[in-house]
Amino acid sequence: MPKRTDIKKILIIGSGPIVISQACEFDYSGTQACKALREEGFKVVLVNSNPATIMTDPEMADFTYIEPITPEVIEKIIAKERPDALIPTLGGQTGLNTTVKLVEQGILNKYKVRMIGASYEAIKKAEDRDYFKKSMLKIGLDLPKSLLAYNMGQAVKAVRKIGFPAIVRPGFTLGGTGGGIARNMAEFQRLADLGLQSSMNSEILVEESVVGWKEYELEVMRDKKDNVVIVCSIENLDPMGVHTGDSITVAPAQTLSDKEYQKMRDAAIAIIREIGVETGGSNVQFAVNPKTGRMVVIEMNPRVSRSSALASKATGFPIAKFAAKLAVGYTLDEIQNDITRETPASFEPAIDYCVVKLPRFTFEKFPEAKDILGISMKSVGETMAIGRTFKEALQKGLRGLEIGHAGLDNKLDYRKIPARKINQRLKEPNASRIFYLKYALQKGYSVEKISRLTRIDPWFIENIKEITDLENHLKNSYLKNHSLSKELLKRAKEYGFSDKQLAGLTCSDEISIRRQRKKNGLEAGFKLVDTCAAEFRASTPYYYSTYGEEDEARVSQKKKIMILGGGPNRIGQGIEFDYCCCHASFALKELGFETIMVNSNPETVSTDYDTSDKLYFEPLTFEDVMNIIDKEKPAGVIVQLGGQTPLNLARQLEEAGAPIIGTSVKSIDLAEDRGKFAKILKKLKIHQPENGSADSIKEAIQIAKKIGFPVLVRPSYVLGGRAMRIVYNEKSLVEFVKVAREVSPEHPILIDKFLEDAVEVDVDALSDGKTTVIGGIMEHIEEAGIHSGDSACVLPPHTLGDEIIDLIRRYTQALSKELKVKGLINIQFAVKGDEVYVLEVNPRASRTVPFVSKATGIPLAKIAAKVMAGKTLRELKVTREKQVRHISVKESVLPFSRFSGVDILLGPEMKSTGEVMGIDFSFGKAFYKSQLAANQGLPARGKILISVRNSDKRGMVFIAKKLADMGFELIATKGTYKSLASNNIKVQLVGKISEGDSRILKLIRQGELKLVVNTASGYSSHSDMRLIRSSAVRHGIPCITTIQGAQAAVNGIEAVAKGSLEIKAIQGYHA
Amino acid sequence: MQALLALEDGKVFRGQSFGASGERYGEVVFNTSMTGYQEILTDPSYRGQIIAMTYPLIGNYGINPEDVESFKPFAEGLVVKECCKRPSSWRSQKTLAAYLKENNLLGIEGVDTRSLTLHIREAGAMKAVLSTLDLDPKRLVQKAKNSRGLVGVDLVREVTKNEIYAWMRPKGKRHKVVVLDCGVKYNILRELLKNRCQAVVVPAHTGADAILKLKPDGLLLSNGPGDPTAISYVIETTRKLIGRLPIFGICLGHQVLGLALGGKTYKLKFGHHGANHPVKDLKTGKVYITVQNHGFCVDIDSLDHKEIEITHLNLNDQTLEGMRHKKLPIFSVQFHPEASSGPRDAGYLFAEFIKVMEKYA
Repeated sequence: MPKRTDIKKILIIGSGPIVISQACEFDYSGTQACKALREEGFKVVLVNSNPATIMTDPEMADFTYIEPITPEVIEKIIAKERPDALIPTLGGQTGLNTTVKLVEQGILNKYKVRMIGASYEAIKKAEDRDYFKKSMLKIGLDLPKSLLAYNMGQAVKAVRKIGFPAIVRPGFTLGGTGGGIARNMAEFQRLADLGLQSSMNSEILVEESVVGWKEYELEVMRDKKDNVVIVCSIENLDPMGVHTGDSITVAPAQTLSDKEYQKMRDAAIAIIREIGVETGGSNVQFAVNPKTGRMVVIEMNPRVSRSSALASKATGFPIAKFAAKLAVGYTLDEIQNDITRETPASFEPAIDYCVVKLPRFTFEKFPEAKDILGISMKSVGETMAIGRTFKEALQKGLRGLEIGHAGLDNKLDYRKIPARKINQRLKEPNASRIFYLKYALQKGYSVEKISRLTRIDPWFIENIKEITDLENHLKNSYLKNHSLSKELLKRAKEYGFSDKQLAGLTCSDEISIRRQRKKNGLEAGFKLVDTCAAEFRASTPYYYSTYGEEDEARVSQKKKIMILGGGPNRIGQGIEFDYCCCHASFALKELGFETIMVNSNPETVSTDYDTSDKLYFEPLTFEDVMNIIDKEKPAGVIVQLGGQTPLNLARQLEEAGAPIIGTSVKSIDLAEDRGKFAKILKKLKIHQPENGSADSIKEAIQIAKKIGFPVLVRPSYVLGGRAMRIVYNEKSLVEFVKVAREVSPEHPILIDKFLEDAVEVDVDALSDGKTTVIGGIMEHIEEAGIHSGDSACVLPPHTLGDEIIDLIRRYTQALSKELKVKGLINIQFAVKGDEVYVLEVNPRASRTVPFVSKATGIPLAKIAAKVMAGKTLRELKVTREKQVRHISVKESVLPFSRFSGVDILLGPEMKSTGEVMGIDFSFGKAFYKSQLAANQGLPARGKILISVRNSDKRGMVFIAKKLADMGFELIATKGTYKSLASNNIKVQLVGKISEGDSRILKLIRQGELKLVVNTASGYSSHSDMRLIRSSAVRHGIPCITTIQGAQAAVNGIEAVAKGSLEIKAIQGYHA
Repeated sequence: MQALLALEDGKVFRGQSFGASGERYGEVVFNTSMTGYQEILTDPSYRGQIIAMTYPLIGNYGINPEDVESFKPFAEGLVVKECCKRPSSWRSQKTLAAYLKENNLLGIEGVDTRSLTLHIREAGAMKAVLSTLDLDPKRLVQKAKNSRGLVGVDLVREVTKNEIYAWMRPKGKRHKVVVLDCGVKYNILRELLKNRCQAVVVPAHTGADAILKLKPDGLLLSNGPGDPTAISYVIETTRKLIGRLPIFGICLGHQVLGLALGGKTYKLKFGHHGANHPVKDLKTGKVYITVQNHGFCVDIDSLDHKEIEITHLNLNDQTLEGMRHKKLPIFSVQFHPEASSGPRDAGYLFAEFIKVMEKYA
């Protein structure tokens, strides 16, 4: 069937900022869809507030709106662009929920926009729990027993019928926010309350617990002729009870016989038909009772998802791309399989390897939160590994996680862990359970016992036991022979042991093992991911490594450049770096190089098999990267675009002979080495805050005393301000130095004078060693001391004078030249009065590169890659800083609602997961948009709570006055009240909660409070305010925690009150 | 214990034995199904073949008493990357290794099955020997060369049951179907039962008159192993029954029909063995994911298109997957509508057969 001709222009809604449960996968799916649709000649209108995405690159769509994803804003876009159709299934839950609102508010009807892919009815059927249940029963499928409730009374009644343990699931949320398992009535009431509040329609489902059952997912695709295929099956190692995003998962399913698999397959097909997803992909989750085989349907997502991205990468079958083509009328048999190029897409991939996905957690960032896993997702990223066996893939995945493990290694000595602790860590799902599983085996626990405690299928435990057994064998053999035989070494490599792991077992080092291995002819071989288990010839070079088998890598004689990606997303290193890597690949292709991408993150665009000429889906470790370099012999290796991960490998790679291009490894070290760097600054006559580095607590105290409190303390060689803190006195210094040493034990601790009330400035610049061109100067909205990744910033600066900006420019030029930067450099400055201090220099791509590129229209990462490949900026015609007339604001998005009990105050340690961009012609409007996009839209009326520290009271008066003048009702705590009232501002006093005044909490619950402005001093903050802040976050009420933020908010509210919000495509800003 | 797989063209793969010891000959083929090894092993169509599973982890869910397609395994041997030592399934009763040993079947693990697959894809399915007794590669290659292979060999004789038997009697029986057993899979019989047919299974060498004497409503020509041209007696029987009974052919049965209707068959390079083959129903335009297992194929061009309508095509290589007689109640498919193992998308064909029988009756 040919494509539809009644449609010309299609609107795609993206998923907005990266948050827990919605990450790069939707950039991957959106980018694929944009490309596919434009290939077919459709005009694409795209809306996404996230500037760090490839999909929002001006080349990807015809009209790209980096605007807040709200029905009001989208209505404006629709009114302007008049698209014929909308695809709601590509932007995650955000895309789906927004579409539902657009339908319900009559907007799609009004402008005659058709939904293609999934209808409103289908979305409702899949998302509305009751409707879904009825649909499943209608087609004869089994579900866990469940009852719906819309208030606490109904909820309690329901749980009495279902019994404990019971699951609470709120309707219409993403990533299971607000859900949980209740073992008793008290737990239940707390969860039910939370669920009723977080659900879009205040609906919860109380459900029979299937915790501990085997968990499966099938990725299904359907076309409009009702052809249905299953792209991939996924089995969760962590059984039911742990959110699938937090589970270790394996593809394909391992422990289902064909009979059970076909039953599941039939059910999935029946479900996609019954729900009525006309075209595109869906994800269906099942649970299977391990004792009886009873299979129940858990849920269905009528859209592309994190799992579909995983399935695409695991099989080579591009679900989102095909979903887009199916939506415009093609059928599966009319689409070609890209990889074989001779067979159609109407087939089910056969895979001949094992894929393991592992979640990446960041509990260390939220020390108040326990690392216990449940049905609400907590992980911030994931890595995928491919091996010929589960054992190999698991170990590759564990080292790919970059959490300090070289595989299933022995970070802890099992002999020193008490059995009680092991039992507890096995019983309660947690972030490090997989390692405790090994410790338990080492302690002699049987597979049965571990399976009983964890409810993990014995098949997985047995495989882990085989790894552990081989490890014992290796150790014993080494003790006996003082070496490992070739045979044994080969077995170890086939079981996925890394050189580093083997070094640890044989009192050796990584390089020696590598040498020994090569001497024995044990080189990694590469196999193809080809969708068909080698049945047909594959034309797409998508590889993974394995040992002891035939090598299929087709090495060309072309000039090649290898780009090292960033690995799993984490706080501080995410989509921004993937964006840079993709751009490098695009740019170097333009220059005629063969590009080779190495990465292990299945969510990303960089791991799409058609982003680069070759894709190696491998962990980013020295060993794995070097194996590829040995094979491909690239002319250059780029390490400065993938964040800290490849940068950390740079020195070792260079020592092993890898041709690192761009800024030299020496310069990178120079910028990291405090002493050497200070000398450079001295030479250039650039100031930096007084500082020192300490190797002991004693030394730290000495330094702090010398430079005077407050000081900023942090470990060296970490990203994202990991374990960084502002310390006001000696006692907290001692406490904190201990923490910092744990984080980075081999490196010294850095201590800087903390510049209070300074303005922080971020600069991204390009340099070819001779010429330096500023990419963008960003002024932070929050004061120095709040991590730049968490702070909002504005480009161009809006309060700095020209002299200051010129000084910043001169410093940037001088530093780039001195460090002989080839590529990108990011410098953080602090401006206090007329002084400009350098806080940090990073001779690499920074998190703000995509934002600056979107704000200025200059593709910094692309230019940087070309410079690294030998072009000069002059040759590239990039010689002058771009001046823009519009204002761009970047705002960060924080995950606090996921971690109950965690305070939301910002500090020098980065906590945000993602970012949004607001762009307009005035600061106020741009800021307003950024807040709206970050899901903390500023109010137009209502009540505002103000509680500020003493030093902010004076600054607050002016802000409060404006708010009162605009008609807001102000409420303040005692001190703030006094200061406002004495300035004749109309304000109500509110008492302390501990003294019985709980009005504020009630106002929050009732949704009357629209904004909280609360600045706190130091770390010992007001306990009332802490409660208020966390309660506000839970109810989605914006909380501003700095005076500068409050000022910006007032500007925003005012700007929008004066004139309406306008939208403009990014292509229009740079025309 | 070491084991060797030697191919007639000189390629040799080493591994460890996990089944019985001994030496077995067969054509080595690869199967891309990720599940269903038990059904595959017990499918009589695999007589004369050594099966290499492309999915590397085999044996994960063990062996159970239900998922069998005949009374014993028929394959000559099994080649895998890794055989699971400790299966996990509530239905599992033994390991795959134990099952192979019990049935005196050879299994070899530790083989680079992908490399083997690539080799077969390029060089074609070929004669091979699997041995734990003789570990001399040269000698084994020679043995492989000397082995009988599939072409022109009557393997049906070795798998057909030499007696007539009735499958379970359905409640409210509608039709009596004679199943000509060339190596029938149980699931064909189970499907007939589900469709309320009484299946009467007769040996492959049963003559046309004997079949007609049973007064069936229809004839099902079953799947089976090997080269269809080697079973002229079955072709002959079929030819005599054309026009006298509704006939439904599956796999080898389809090839037999093709030959009986005057067509020709040929050997595919490496055959179709897997559970993901897209087949298009030319009448409706719909695509079904089918399970397939055949090394021979009916030549589309050899058929008399005035008499025969092409109903199904394989979308991977455009080979014939189904046909229908334009006047007579006869149709057949190359794939397996009974599934087991594999997708059940094409199960509707049994209902079609019922319709044909009802119309003819």
